[in-house]
Amino acid sequence: MTGAEIADLNLLIDLALLTMLVLVAYVMTKSRHLFAIVMLSGIYSLLSAAFFVSLDAVDVAFTEAAVGAGVSTVLMLGAMLLTVRREKPVRTGRSPLAILVVTLVGSALIYATLDMPPYGDPNSPANSYIGEAYVERTAKEIAVPNIVTAVLASYRGFDTLGETMVIFTAGLGVILLLGAGSARGGKLVSDVEEKESER
Amino acid sequence: MSIEHLILRVVIKIMFAPILLFALYVQFHGDYGPGGGFQAGVIFAVAFILHALIMGLEETKRVLPVGVLKVMMVVGFLFYAGTGVATMLLGGNLLGYDAIDPQSTHHAGQHWGILLVEFGVGMAVSSTMLMIFYQFAGREQEIRDEDW
Repeated sequence: MTGAEIADLNLLIDLALLTMLVLVAYVMTKSRHLFAIVMLSGIYSLLSAAFFVSLDAVDVAFTEAAVGAGVSTVLMLGAMLLTVRREKPVRTGRSPLAILVVTLVGSALIYATLDMPPYGDPNSPANSYIGEAYVERTAKEIAVPNIVTAVLASYRGFDTLGETMVIFTAGLGVILLLGAGSARGGKLVSDVEEKESER
Repeated sequence: MSIEHLILRVVIKIMFAPILLFALYVQFHGDYGPGGGFQAGVIFAVAFILHALIMGLEETKRVLPVGVLKVMMVVGFLFYAGTGVATMLLGGNLLGYDAIDPQSTHHAGQHWGILLVEFGVGMAVSSTMLMIFYQFAGREQEIRDEDW
């Protein structure tokens, strides 16, 4: 295949993935069945991961597939068990004010995309300045082949330290909210025991 | 006596070790290919989550108790921060890995530093993900099949 044919094929794959993303998102907003919504959100993450691969962002795609499609789907299922299986039906009246606000914000966002540089433009702000500097300097200063890892763990090591702290704090918050159990008559009981005593 | 979900139990027994192996590959191959501590930590946790889904949470808690996870969460984060402090004690900046091996001509210090902090990230992420799963899943007793 020639370069132009490959570019056409890439465009076709991108369009197909984006169309499927919109479809999945639409079905998610329409469905009231929570199990179906959780599964669709997993599919949504998997489709975004495929789209990131198409954009050559394999590290991001990997994270999206592992965290978005894998762990968060399981955590959502776990959270779903603690509640009911179906969403409450909502009033489906149309408010003219809401439609006006949505239309305004939507057209503002579309107007903003007109200023964006074309995809893959070497002169775009993302590809020049600091991005270019990382690509040039990683081989000399860090000497690891994966530039993403060099930026994540070395150039931006302090940021990643903060991210690890955030994850640790999230875990700590969940332990404090859900894992401490309850006190009954001066004695610590687990959730399962407490439920049994209520029955 | 019949065993519930026999096929799933056999599958998870076959899959468990390869998933852990893949997590270790992603963990220590982050400098060369896509991946690193975050992704490896999640994959590591997923192996145990699968185990818990099929074998039941109590069985998994016997393999990897909550107390061990709490220690891993703290040690993982402190491992990262400790690497930063160690580079300071060696005379460099916080997380300035070149201080680990200043004489190296091919930045061996950077390699070591990245490997060490990624290990800390992987440990913290995997234990935190599992801990969150334990806390959510542990609130309900066994899931009945008709619940779905």
